[in-house]
Amino acid sequence: MDAIDERILKATQNGIPLKRSPFAKIAIELGISEQEIIDRLGKMKEDNVIRRFGASIGHRDIGIVANAMCVWNVPDERTEEVGAIMAAFEEVTHCYERPRAPGWDYNLFTMVHSYTQEDCKEVAAKISQATGIDNYKLLFSQTEFKKTGVRL
Amino acid sequence: MIFLDDTDKKILNTIQFDFPLEKEPFMKLGNELGISEEEVIKRLQRLHDEGAIRKIGPIINRTGIGGTSTLVAANVPDERIDEVADYINEYQEVSHNYLRPERYNVWFTISAPDRVRIDNILNDLRKRTGLEFIDLPTKRLFKIGVKFDIR
Repeated sequence: MDAIDERILKATQNGIPLKRSPFAKIAIELGISEQEIIDRLGKMKEDNVIRRFGASIGHRDIGIVANAMCVWNVPDERTEEVGAIMAAFEEVTHCYERPRAPGWDYNLFTMVHSYTQEDCKEVAAKISQATGIDNYKLLFSQTEFKKTGVRL
Repeated sequence: MIFLDDTDKKILNTIQFDFPLEKEPFMKLGNELGISEEEVIKRLQRLHDEGAIRKIGPIINRTGIGGTSTLVAANVPDERIDEVADYINEYQEVSHNYLRPERYNVWFTISAPDRVRIDNILNDLRKRTGLEFIDLPTKRLFKIGVKFDIR
C-alpha cells in the first residue's frame, strides 16, 4: 500500500457518494483517473488490504436485532479442530481464538447475528452438538455504543 | 423497522460482497436487477437515509496493512456505564463498543498501527477510570466474513 492507496481509503472509508460516477469527485481531488481508483481498490482487495468493498448494513434497523458473542471454553489441544468446525457454520460471521485471562476461561469466540435471540441460541446449541463443547455462554449486546469499523 | 421489498433485499444481499468496482456501478447493478440506474440510486438513498445501509466503502483489514487489534472487556458498575463508554469511544482506534450484560459487561475492539498504541490506550483508560480491563488479542483467526442474509 502506498501513499495514493492510503488517500483513496481515507477518501472512501466514510462511504462513496450515492450518485452516478461515485468515484469522479474523489478522482479530481486526488488528481488521478477514476479508472486508477477502481484498479487500486481492486488490487487492495486482492492483496487483502481491504476485506471487501461494499455496503455495511445497519442490521438492527432492518430487524436483525439479535447479536450474540458466543464464548467457548475449548481444551487447548482441540482449538484448531473445533475452530474449523465453528467457522464452517454459515451463521457464524467471526471466529477467533483469544487468550484466557484471570477470571475468564473462554478461549474461542464466535459471533452470531440473527433476527431473534432464540435463533442465536439454536445456532449455539447446534455448534455445541457438532463440537462436543458444552462449556459456553452467549453474551447478547444490549446497547451499541459505537460501531465505525476500522478507520485509517 | 425499515420496510424492505424484494428488490431492496436483492440489492442489500448483492452489495455487501459483490459491489461492482466500476465507473458507473449503479448502472451495472440496475442492469443485473432489471431496473434503471436512477431507481437503484433512489433506493440506495432511501436505504441509507433510513439506516439500512451505513455506508458503501472499503472494509479495511488492519492486520493486512501491518496493524494489530484486540478485544477488551471491563467490569463496569451499572451507574458508571455511560461515563466509561464515553471515555472509550473518544479513541478513534476504538471500532466497536457494546454493552453485553455479564460478569464483564463492556466489550470493545481497538485497531491500531502497532501494539504500543494499544497498550497506551489501555493504560490511559485504566488511569482515567480506575477500572481493570482484560486484553484479549487475537491468537488465531478462523473466520471473518460478516454477511447478513436478509430475508
